[in-house]
Amino acid sequence: MSDPNTQTQCPLCAGEFALPQGAEIGELLDCGECGEELEVISVSPPKLKQAPEEEEDWGE
Amino acid sequence: MAKDLGIAVLCSLVRPEEKMIFDAFRARDVDFQRIDDREVILDLHQMSLPYRIVLERCINHSRALHTLKYYNDREVRTINSYDTANICGDKLLTSLALSKAGIPIPRNLVAYTPESALLAIEQLGYPVVLKPAVGSWGRLLAKINDRDAAEAILEHKKTLGSYHHSTYYIQEFIDSGNQDIRAFVVGGELIGAIYRKADHWITNTARGGKASKVELNTDLKNICEAAARAVLGDIVAIDVFETPQGYLVNEVNYTMEFRNSIAVTGVDIPGKIVDYVIECAG
Ligand SMILES: [Zn+2]
Repeated sequence: MSDPNTQTQCPLCAGEFALPQGAEIGELLDCGECGEELEVISVSPPKLKQAPEEEEDWGE
Repeated sequence: MAKDLGIAVLCSLVRPEEKMIFDAFRARDVDFQRIDDREVILDLHQMSLPYRIVLERCINHSRALHTLKYYNDREVRTINSYDTANICGDKLLTSLALSKAGIPIPRNLVAYTPESALLAIEQLGYPVVLKPAVGSWGRLLAKINDRDAAEAILEHKKTLGSYHHSTYYIQEFIDSGNQDIRAFVVGGELIGAIYRKADHWITNTARGGKASKVELNTDLKNICEAAARAVLGDIVAIDVFETPQGYLVNEVNYTMEFRNSIAVTGVDIPGKIVDYVIECAG
C-alpha cells in the first residue's frame, strides 16, 4: 500500500515518488525514474516541481 | 524547547549542504529561521530586523551581495559579511586583497583592452590562463598556449563585448599536475583540506575532479588562515596550488560546497559551520 502522506508523482515523468523522511520545502531531490532534479514545494501533502536552473552562482 | 539565538539561514534551494546545516542546528537543539531569497522583500525603511545573525548560503551572488549589505547596514551580523562576499565574488578584488596581505599568489596581470592584454600575455609568457573576473565552477576559463590562440581569444572576447569581458585578468599557468588543494577555513581556523585531481587542468569537483585527503601542515594552515583574514572571511574555501616553491593561493570562495569533502577529510564540516555560527550568536 502506498502512503498518501509521502507518496506523490514526479511532475516530469509521472513516476511514483516517495518523499523521504525529513524532507523539507526547497529541498532538491533526484527522481529515481527519470533522474531529473526536483524541488520539494510542499511536504504535507507531498508536492514536487521541476527544480529551477541555478541562476547565477558566482560566489562559489 | 529549542534555543532561540536569533539565527537565520539565507538560501534558496536546499542543496545537500543546506540540508546538512539545518540538520546540524536541529541536532544541537538550536532554532533557526529560514529565509528563502526567492521570497525576500527588502524594505529599505525598516531599520530593525528580527534576527541577530544570518548564515548566508545563496546560490545567486547578486542576491547574496545586496541582502548582506542590507543586513549589515542594520546591525545584523552575517556569515559571511557583505565585504567578504564582495571581495570573493570578484577574482580581481580577491587577488588584490591577497597581494596586499603579502600572501603568495600566482603572477597576475590585469588589462582593459585587447591590445594591452596581448602585451600582458606576452610579458607573462605562454601558457597563461585568461579568467573572467566574475565567474564560478571553472567556467569561461581559457588556457592560452601561443600567440595565435591569444589573438583569436582576445578578438572573440572583444566581439562578445559585455562588461565582464572587458577586464582581462591574466594569470600565469601553474603546472600542478591537474591538481589543486581546496582548504576549508571556519572561524579563522583551517579545519580540513582535499586534493582535487582532474583529467583536465580545471580541477573543480563540480566538473568531475577526484578528491583525496590532504594531511594538514603548518605551512598550509598559515597560508589558508592568512588568506581567510585577507578577505575578512568567517567561513571560506581556499583554492591553493602546491608548487616546488611552496603554496600559492588561487581563489577564495565564500559560499562553499562541501558535500563531497566530508567523507574524504573525515571532518564534520556542517557541524563546524553551525558550531561557529552558534558561537558568534552566543
Ligand atoms: Zn521523473
